[in-house]
Amino acid sequence: MKANNSTPFAIEVTDLCKRFGPQQVLSGVNLQCPRGQVTTIVGPSGCGKTVFLKHLMLLLRPDSGRIVINSTEVTRLNARGLDKIREQFGVLFQGGALFDSLTVFENVAFPLVEKTKLSREQIAEAVTQKLAAVGLEGMGNKYPSEISGGMQKRAALARALIRNPSILYLDEPTTGLDPTRTGSIHELIRHTHQRFGLTVVMVSHDVPQVFEISDRVAFMHDGRVRLDGTVAEVMDAHDPVFERFLAGTASEDEDLRAPGTTETRV
Amino acid sequence: MNTPTGITPAKRWLVSPIERLGAMVLDAIDALGGFVLFLLYAVREIVLPPYKVRLVLRQIRIIGAESSFLVALIAVFTGMVLGLQGEFTLRKFGAEGALGTVVSLVLVRELGPVLTALMVTARAGSAMAAEIGAMQVTEQLDALTVMAIDPVQYLVSPRILAGVISLPLLASIFDVIGILGGYAVGVGLMGAPAGSYFNGIASNLAGDDVAGGLYKALVFGLIVAWVSCYKGYNAPRMATGVSRATTEAVVLSSVLILMFDYILTSLLLK
Repeated sequence: MKANNSTPFAIEVTDLCKRFGPQQVLSGVNLQCPRGQVTTIVGPSGCGKTVFLKHLMLLLRPDSGRIVINSTEVTRLNARGLDKIREQFGVLFQGGALFDSLTVFENVAFPLVEKTKLSREQIAEAVTQKLAAVGLEGMGNKYPSEISGGMQKRAALARALIRNPSILYLDEPTTGLDPTRTGSIHELIRHTHQRFGLTVVMVSHDVPQVFEISDRVAFMHDGRVRLDGTVAEVMDAHDPVFERFLAGTASEDEDLRAPGTTETRV
Repeated sequence: MNTPTGITPAKRWLVSPIERLGAMVLDAIDALGGFVLFLLYAVREIVLPPYKVRLVLRQIRIIGAESSFLVALIAVFTGMVLGLQGEFTLRKFGAEGALGTVVSLVLVRELGPVLTALMVTARAGSAMAAEIGAMQVTEQLDALTVMAIDPVQYLVSPRILAGVISLPLLASIFDVIGILGGYAVGVGLMGAPAGSYFNGIASNLAGDDVAGGLYKALVFGLIVAWVSCYKGYNAPRMATGVSRATTEAVVLSSVLILMFDYILTSLLLK
């Protein structure tokens, strides 16, 4: 919670470009994520949304452009400066990325054990509290392989929250879950956001269900943010590409129900 | 690589193999550079504080202690076959008394370090590559990074240090058990003179031989941990990524061990 409140934006990205070999993945991304709100990035596969999120997680360095996180320009920081920014955000990876060799409790405790000087009792208390917050009371002794995919996501969320970050990144938080569990993870995200007052940036493909828990939507297309604003603004923009994308994901769902038809992608 | 429109097919047929060769050479140099920089970075993290003693001890247990039974098993059979072959051959020349010298020199100088390293590659190297590879594929390495924990410092450096410490110790176990295995078969079964077996070792096995063998084992320990961690760390993010990383780690480690065995032997034999 070291948020500096000089701007209303927790994250500001300007003209972000990234190229992998011959492929220009990001060609000038501009996005501002207001503090304390849920910003959801959507777009067709291959539009660069995951690569973009990896820049925000400081896992990739851009070729050009600026990223400001909590009023600090991060693209030119050295390793120590990057670690300082990393303390301000938590990440829920697509598959959870829990450490298989550690129990759920040890996984959630890991950042505290490795990076703080808290006592054993303080750590145990913090972990128990976070596990309760994600609905995993009493599951601490299980290994990740012994719990369901939805529970793994919850445990990973507890780990992401353990150091009380001001920003939370979610990379496709409901991938691989059935519709019921998707709903309950969405509910948990909404609940967590409200309870801890976090800035949430999420990449999701659960269109349009995810709009219910989003404050703002950014639609990425061809390595750029084509459209962004509040959910209502984006829905009312009548952008033809966005509407085709919405229709495309809907018809993809229908394709899944009707066997034999081929997949349609925008 | 845009081909100008004025180039005829014949010219392209001449130029493109050269272009491809050039790209291959550049790729190879690039890969080698990445491979060497990976080691330098890991070594820097070993030398600079903070020191992760607990992690190194755990890796010594996995690479060293848990491999010791396997190494002992291989050693006893290697020693036994050396005793058998050696005594059988030496008897033809009436040189039964030299058995201890032959067995100990072959084990301490060559077979001890090399076979130990190959067994550790098969057992611990493959596990290292698979474990780190699986962590790469499932984003656990990224998870470490975003927690401000350097995966190289946390995972790779302790393994490399543990490899360098464990291999000479395992090779020593191999040497001792191998010599006893040779004694059991050569002297006990084939009837070579018992006194001259150990007497030959005492008078002909020099400190330089032992030191050279341990020096080799140390280099092999570095190779196994380095190659296995590198291959795991760079496992491609796809379904076959882990299996490919593991296979490549075992093959490359084995080849490099035998290559460096020759290089080190030619440097040490003076």
